[in-house]
Amino acid sequence: MQHVKLLFLAVLTLGLVGCGSGSSSSNSNDGAPASYVPPGEKDDYYLFYSGGHSGQVFVAGMPSLREIQTVPVFTPSPGHGYGFSKKSKEMMGEYRWGDVHHPGLSKTDGTYDGRWLFVNDNANNRVARISLRDFRTKQILGPIPNSMGNHGSSFVTPNTEYLLVATRFSVPLPKGSHAPVETYQENFNGIVSGVDIDQETGEMSVGWQVKTPPFNWDLGSTGKGPSDGWAFWTSYNTEMAHDSLEINASQRDRDFAAFVNWERAEEVVQNQDVNTRNGVPLIDPAEHEGVMYFVPVSKSPHGIDASPSGRWIVASGKLQPTTTVFDFEQVKTAIENEDFQGEFRGVPVLNYDSIVEGEVPVGQGPLHTQYDGEGNAYTSLFIESAVAKWSLPPWDEETKQDMSQAVTDKINVHYNIGHLVIPGSDTKEPYGDWLVAMNKLKKDRGLSVGPEMPETSQLIDISGEEMEMIEEDYTAPEPHFAQAVPADVIDPIEVYKQENNDHPEARWEPENTGVTRNGDQVTVHMISKRSQYYPDKVEVEQGDEVTFHLTNIEQVSDMIHGFGIAEHNMNGVVAPGETKTFTITADKAGVYPFYCTNFCSALHQEMQGYLEVKPQ
Amino acid sequence: MLDFLNRIPDLLDRRVPDSGRLLLVAGAVMLAVSIFLPLWQIHLVAPQYQEGLDLYIHSHKLEAGNEGQDLTEINNLNHYIGMAPIEEEDFAEMTFIPFLLGAFSLLALRAAFFGTVKSVVDTLVLFVYFGAFSMWRFYYQLYTYAHNLDPRAPMDIEPFTPILIGWKKIANFTQYSFPREGSALLLLTVLCFAGAIWMAVRQDHAAYEEESEPESATA
Repeated sequence: MQHVKLLFLAVLTLGLVGCGSGSSSSNSNDGAPASYVPPGEKDDYYLFYSGGHSGQVFVAGMPSLREIQTVPVFTPSPGHGYGFSKKSKEMMGEYRWGDVHHPGLSKTDGTYDGRWLFVNDNANNRVARISLRDFRTKQILGPIPNSMGNHGSSFVTPNTEYLLVATRFSVPLPKGSHAPVETYQENFNGIVSGVDIDQETGEMSVGWQVKTPPFNWDLGSTGKGPSDGWAFWTSYNTEMAHDSLEINASQRDRDFAAFVNWERAEEVVQNQDVNTRNGVPLIDPAEHEGVMYFVPVSKSPHGIDASPSGRWIVASGKLQPTTTVFDFEQVKTAIENEDFQGEFRGVPVLNYDSIVEGEVPVGQGPLHTQYDGEGNAYTSLFIESAVAKWSLPPWDEETKQDMSQAVTDKINVHYNIGHLVIPGSDTKEPYGDWLVAMNKLKKDRGLSVGPEMPETSQLIDISGEEMEMIEEDYTAPEPHFAQAVPADVIDPIEVYKQENNDHPEARWEPENTGVTRNGDQVTVHMISKRSQYYPDKVEVEQGDEVTFHLTNIEQVSDMIHGFGIAEHNMNGVVAPGETKTFTITADKAGVYPFYCTNFCSALHQEMQGYLEVKPQ
Repeated sequence: MLDFLNRIPDLLDRRVPDSGRLLLVAGAVMLAVSIFLPLWQIHLVAPQYQEGLDLYIHSHKLEAGNEGQDLTEINNLNHYIGMAPIEEEDFAEMTFIPFLLGAFSLLALRAAFFGTVKSVVDTLVLFVYFGAFSMWRFYYQLYTYAHNLDPRAPMDIEPFTPILIGWKKIANFTQYSFPREGSALLLLTVLCFAGAIWMAVRQDHAAYEEESEPESATA
């Protein structure tokens, strides 16, 4: 497929050059046809962007970069009826938003299995699970006890045993207790959590937590191969400052990464040697050897990414122009030999010189590293607004003498790149044809839409020796990280089959619908189909609490019916074969139309009914 | 011609040769198999249904594409023009046609057993009547559905006759209607019957020639 497209591109490009327009210099750069997906054809990859403070996940196709869907997770979305149904309201709790940073795809044997997508909420200390069968949020876990600002997630272990979470912020524990901020160093703590995933249902629960000093945990990744059973996080503010962090947290030349042995943590908890706090086993790493080690990393690090082989752990200090490669084989040796350069609050600090393989001078402001599976690494450079391509070890002697030779290519992106993603980079077998650069700022790249500019994503072809900029698109605020997976790994259902509908209040025949009353509780069993509701008249008394159980009896793809009630802050959206439950309070007398909000047929406009609220 | 007509009573009493009787057994088997295969297919295509909606007419049931969902969909669409929902219960013949096919299979076996042209002709003639009746019923059903449109229907369209074989444009849909493997087997069965009769005619003729040849040699 890709080859065909490239061939097409080649022919087209030659054709354009042949036209003799004279200014063919941009042909190799604009390259739009390489990412062009003609009408009716499908993209090769799904791209899942975290939606940042929108509280959502955006789904795009790759290489077209066209957005396909928004999956609401922490934020209501009337377009999806999310945040209006009983179930989604309960799931969201009292919050109306989340801050989604890092999506993580579920894995089996170290490769994507297309079951679930996990995302974090940095703001309200939650994690959520989206099913990739129907692209819907199935569970929100949290606020996680003892955890404050779980930025360092959602990192999935090679067989989806755990979702690993680390706190960005430190607070006095237990959460809710008070200590003056001035006593930050004594009374505040961070937390690393292992969120247990049920292999059958995907149900998440907090398995254990590890107490940490009050550093600000940042990005992480999980090990594989020789580093299987481990997780890695960087931190900033090992100075443990509590104010003016911009200055005060940038004092030390080296901060710490945490290397956490989650298999050991699991073992410690299974031996029931630990106290629980707020119902969660809380491990003090000073008391349980082998759970956590600190590793010095260059100043104010951000990303830490395990290579596909699992041997090379790559961390970048955003205030130092190098990326550091650690050799996990050496890490194991250092732990065996107790080759420590000291300890911090009872946690051993591994000897930097013993475990470092090299420092690669990638450029200014390195943040995150991704891999193509061919031995190449790609690091985003925030300050330089570029992506550097470099070779993973083993390096030859000449390169070891002059590490700049490891850097093989560099490409400019437009304005301050943050994350970047290569499909499968965090698996043992990346699909290394494309790289998406997510840029944090956007100026003069398209039509102005006022002060609130969208971000840009840029698609870079990494299949050749040299990186090539292919396509650019805009994203709603504000993606951080993304995951990309080949389209054929995911097998979505488009219709909920009638026989699989297990909602106890589902109704399929008009004669089984109706309105029943119990005191001031009114229950309506309703069905929707093109182009009618049964019943289409509901009579209630003012003050009644009215619960609608609406079954969309359609069994064909895309035949969605909405259910908007005028002036009642309600829009249910029900997919084919689904039953949803909504509750309103009929506190205003009058007659209120309800109608189908999701276009369904030629007589969609006629699909309506009346809620009669009789005055008391 | 008259000569041929005069020979008919004689033909009817002739015996079908063994190879012809084998054809009759083959016909019996095909009849039996056809009970389990679709006889006809109606395929509807529209811009919003590019992959098409399918109805398969079997001797004993109505089957629809997409695990039966296509029939619900066709009925959903038809309700806009006031057409009654197409239901298997409306096809009374589906309760007896499979048995008739079974009976014809037995008749074919009977003809193979007795091996007389007469029994083959009887089976064939009855079978052709049966085929014509079935086609008429099918046509009549389609006609009835498309002519008894509810006057209160949201969309007002002229009653129409769906096509039995071929294709036809109806509103935004193109209807394709064509026989399927079950019907092909029934047609093959007719050919088997005809073949058996033909073999009987040919064989006896040959035998007659053989018999007469020595006579002429001696002449």
